[in-house]
Amino acid sequence: MIAWIRRHLIAFAALAVLVYMLVPNIVVAVFSFNDPKGKFNYTFNEFSTAAWTNPCGAQGICESLGLSLQIGVTASLVATVLGTMIAFALGRYRFKGRSGTNLLIFMPMATPEVVMGSSLLTLFLALGVPSGQGAILIAHIMFCVSFVVVAVKARVATLDPRLEEAAADLGANPTQTFLRVTLPLAAPGIAAGALLAFSLSFDDYIITNFNASPSSITFPMFVWGASARGVPVQVYVVGTLMFLLALVVVMGGQVVSKRRNRQVA
Amino acid sequence: MAETAVLSSGVAAPESRRRRNWVPYALLLPGLLWLVVFFVLPMLTLASQSLQEGNVDDGYTFTGNISIYADAFSQYWPQMLRSLLYAGAATLLTLLLGYPLAYFIAQKAGRWKNLVLVLVIAPFFTSFLIRTLAWRTILADDWPVTQWARKLHITDLLQAVGLTNNDSLLYSQFGVIMGLTYNFLPFMILPLYTSLERLDPRLLEAAGDLYASPWQTFRKVTWPLSLPGVVAGTLLTFIPAAGDFVNAKLLGNTQTTMLGTVIDAQFLRVLDYPLAAALSFIMLITIVTMVTIYVRRAGTEELL
Repeated sequence: MIAWIRRHLIAFAALAVLVYMLVPNIVVAVFSFNDPKGKFNYTFNEFSTAAWTNPCGAQGICESLGLSLQIGVTASLVATVLGTMIAFALGRYRFKGRSGTNLLIFMPMATPEVVMGSSLLTLFLALGVPSGQGAILIAHIMFCVSFVVVAVKARVATLDPRLEEAAADLGANPTQTFLRVTLPLAAPGIAAGALLAFSLSFDDYIITNFNASPSSITFPMFVWGASARGVPVQVYVVGTLMFLLALVVVMGGQVVSKRRNRQVA
Repeated sequence: MAETAVLSSGVAAPESRRRRNWVPYALLLPGLLWLVVFFVLPMLTLASQSLQEGNVDDGYTFTGNISIYADAFSQYWPQMLRSLLYAGAATLLTLLLGYPLAYFIAQKAGRWKNLVLVLVIAPFFTSFLIRTLAWRTILADDWPVTQWARKLHITDLLQAVGLTNNDSLLYSQFGVIMGLTYNFLPFMILPLYTSLERLDPRLLEAAGDLYASPWQTFRKVTWPLSLPGVVAGTLLTFIPAAGDFVNAKLLGNTQTTMLGTVIDAQFLRVLDYPLAAALSFIMLITIVTMVTIYVRRAGTEELL
C-alpha cells in the first residue's frame, strides 16, 4: 500500500494541483444556480434557475458583454494580421535589425500591465486623445500583437521549407505558393494566436481600466464594479458559459490538430 | 529551429531572396510601428509626465522636478516592498505546485495527457475576475477549507507568522499570495510542460541504471534540463504578479495594498499624475533591471 502510494506520489500531487486550479470554476458553475439572500453571491441560499433564464437581468451586464465582444473581435483581428506579418518576417527572412525586433516583441510581454496602461494614459493625455472605446482598442491591439507573433512564429519555425520549394519547382508563383502552401500550413498557429489574442482582450481589466470612460464599460469592468456593489448571479452564468465554451474550443482544437497530423502521416 | 529553416531556404533561393530584401521590412513595418507608437512612446511620455508640475485643471509644465522620485520612495516603499515579496512568494509557490503537474502531464499522463492539458488551459480562458471572486466563497469562514485549517491549527500557524490577522483565511496577506499563486499557475505550468516534454525518458532510465537515487536523478538530470522552462515560467509569473492589484483588492485588506494599487488610485482617483507616473516608472525600471540580471545569470537569452 505504502509502496503503491510512493510510486504514484507525482500523480497525487498533480491531481491535488489540478483540483486547486479547477475548484473556482466548479464554484462559479454551482453558484450560477443560486438565489442569494443579499446583494452578494458568496453563500449558497437556494437553488434557482432565474439567472440562467434571464441572463440580461442584471442592469448593464449584456451591454458590457456586447462591448467586450466587439472590442475583442476587432482587436484580435488587427493584432492577428500585424502579428502574423511580423512572425513571417522573423521566421522566413534574414534581415538587419532582427535582435532589435525580437526585443521590441518581447518587451510588452515583460512589462506589468499597470505600467502599460498608465503610460498609454499619459500618451493620450499629452496628445489629447479622449479615453473610451477607441483608446481601449488601441491598447488591446498593442498588447495582443506580441502573443500572436510568438504563437505564429512557433508554427512557422516547424514548417518544412522544402514544401515551398517543391511548389515553386512545380511552377507556382510566390503568391500561389504563399496562399496554397504556406498559409494553410501556418493556419493552426495563426488560429491559436487569434484565439489567445481574443481571450486576452476579452479578459483584460487592468489596462482597459486606465483607458476607459464611463460610457465604455467592458465586461471585466462590470465585474470589478459589481465586486464592490454586489455581484449579480448573472455574472456567474457568464463565467460558467465562458468555461464551457473554452473547454469545447480547446478540445476541438486538439481533435482538429490530431486529425491533421494523421493526414500528414 | 527557426534559424535552420531560414538558412536552408536562404541557400535554396539566394537570388530571389536578395532581390526582394525589402519584403521582411514591409512585413514588419505596420506591427512594429504600432508597438513603437503605443508602447515605446508612452514610456517616454510616462517619464516626462513624472517630471512635470501642475494640476489637472490648469495643466502641467515640465520642470524636471526629480525630487518627486524621493517623495514616491519615502511615501510608498512599503507597497513597493510588498509587491516584490508577494510576487516572489507566489512565483516560488507556482514553481512548487506547477512542477509536479507539468512533469505528470509531460511524462506520466499517457492517454490522459490531452484531457489534463485541456483542464489546465481552459480555466485560463474564463474571466479571471470571476474566478478570483469565487475564492471569497471557497475561503469563507463557514466553508470546509477554513474549518479544517482551524482544526489542524494551520490558522494559528499563519497568524503566528503574520500572514493572517485572525483565525480567518480571507482578506489577509495569505489570501493575496494564495490568489496570485492561483491566477498565475498556468503561466508557470505551460513553459515547464514544454521543456519537460522534450526530456527523453531514456535519460532518466540511464540515471537509474547508473545507481542514481530518484532525488539524484531529479537534481542532476531532470532539473537542469527543465531550466529553460523554469526561467520562462518564473518570468511569466513574477512580472504580472508584481504589477497586479486585483488579488490585493479582492482577497486582501487595507494593509495588503501593492504598488499597482497605488498607481491605479493616484492616476484614476487622486489624479496626481506626476506622482503616479513616477511610481509607474519606478516599477518599470525595477522590473526591467531584475529581469535583465535574472536572464543574464540564467544564461538563456535566446529563451523568448
